[in-house]
Amino acid sequence: MNSFFLPAATLWQRELVRFWRQKSRVMGVVASPLVFWLLIGSGSGDLGRFYAGALVLTVMFSAIFSTISIIEDRREGFLLSMLVSPAPRTAMVLGKILGSATLAWIQGLLFLCFAPLAGVRIDLLQLIPVAAGIFLIAFTLTGLGFVIAWRMESTAGFHAIMNLLLLPMWLVSGAMFPMATAHGWVRAIMWANPLTYSVALLNHILGLPNATPGGLASLVVTAAIGLALLAASGAMAAQKSTHSAA
Amino acid sequence: MIEVENLTHRYGERLALRNVSFEVKAGEIFGLLGPNGGGKSTLFRILSTMMVPTEGKITLAGYDVVREAAAVRRQVGVVFQTQSLDKALTVEENLRAQGHLHGLSGAVLRERMGAAMERLGLLDRRKDLVETLSGGLKRRVEIAKALLHRPRVLLMDEASTGLDPAARLDVSRHVELLREQDGVTILLTTHILEEAGRCDRLVLLHEGRMVAEGSPKQLRERIGGDVVVLEAADSPALAAGIQEKFGLAAHAQNGAVRVEIPNGHRFIAEVVEAFPGAIESVGLHKPTLEDVFVKETGASIE
Repeated sequence: MNSFFLPAATLWQRELVRFWRQKSRVMGVVASPLVFWLLIGSGSGDLGRFYAGALVLTVMFSAIFSTISIIEDRREGFLLSMLVSPAPRTAMVLGKILGSATLAWIQGLLFLCFAPLAGVRIDLLQLIPVAAGIFLIAFTLTGLGFVIAWRMESTAGFHAIMNLLLLPMWLVSGAMFPMATAHGWVRAIMWANPLTYSVALLNHILGLPNATPGGLASLVVTAAIGLALLAASGAMAAQKSTHSAA
Repeated sequence: MIEVENLTHRYGERLALRNVSFEVKAGEIFGLLGPNGGGKSTLFRILSTMMVPTEGKITLAGYDVVREAAAVRRQVGVVFQTQSLDKALTVEENLRAQGHLHGLSGAVLRERMGAAMERLGLLDRRKDLVETLSGGLKRRVEIAKALLHRPRVLLMDEASTGLDPAARLDVSRHVELLREQDGVTILLTTHILEEAGRCDRLVLLHEGRMVAEGSPKQLRERIGGDVVVLEAADSPALAAGIQEKFGLAAHAQNGAVRVEIPNGHRFIAEVVEAFPGAIESVGLHKPTLEDVFVKETGASIE
């Protein structure tokens, strides 16, 4: 037991310590969704409508940035020693994903401070489901980041993935326009887009409009995707290869 | 301690290792010497269980490297060429995290960390962030980290590359002490001749093949006598001339001709006289590992 949780916990803790020592990263991740949100929301006169989307974007940026560090980390970093230690690869995956998810969660919570601007009031009791919802989203998006990053040889292809996959996914997640008003094939894509369920889940918890699909469906789908990505990450990392993992 | 049998590795079509076999005895400092791209790194990755070979068998401390990777990892400490330290953490934090990876915690871990830092002279830097340390100190932290779980074998990848000569010597000294005081078996890869010269035994790797094996002394003795290097504008012609006139094997390479010969000083006088004007400079030295490598492969290491 100790040889599974101790390595996982140490990786998790490492993410937090590193994060704390590089506090400027926090601002970098929160700043751009904040600017997007204020521009689009103020311009269209409806900050509330775009709030959940902006929060999801914050969480996504954080989750992707910290999982993408795997690429460098296992080439010339701490993950190398992890790969040659007796600690199970699944412990490494869990520690890394939970660590990155925690960071994404903290940044999501920071973004929550701007909720009053969106006309959302959160009392103390409401904070629990809100925080839990944001963590679930953070966990799922970190899993997505891990699956993308693990196979990548270098960070060079990362911009393409961000611009051609992740940002478009976010655009058609209900963050910019609600599913109800979407047309044709875009609407079909929205149904298949995991981020749609993250945005809907948040809208639902925060009591904002455009909470389709429904709350329960969003919760179940987000959790299921998160667990599936975790399992996929574990399976990928445990694979023996005739090509170096580093 | 380490037995490598008929090891072959392919990256797709490219053969990175061809039928490599050797044995490392307990308590040896064993070197893999060769130029970059010679197969050292591939061999290192396979030995450190990061990669599965396409063919062949390796046992390390009695365990099969492929089938019993977890057991092997408990016996082996790995010092990477590229740093496996987290630069944003302190020396102590890096060591603690490493201990956790090996399931060590509490008083045992504290004691091991103290011992490893003391052994490598890091106690006064324990609270410093790794990014503030010099290259030589970082390498020492790497070694301390690799020793926490008391491995029987230490694998070092280009352990002294990128270090200045003083730091290099310092690392060598620590490695030597480890072998003497703890009986750790050390396998290192290197392309630095000076470092290779300090190993007990060596394997020379070139294009994935083992070209020679033995102690540095044995290897140097493969070359009889001295090495004479003659620089010439037309080195192939000079080599041919020497072969014809003296009946000696002469190799032209990079604008110079190399001849192995006992009593080289006498040969120099004769050869300069025999080819007036053809020779631009003359050099004589005792055989080095570089000479052995050139003799066996026709290529140079560095």
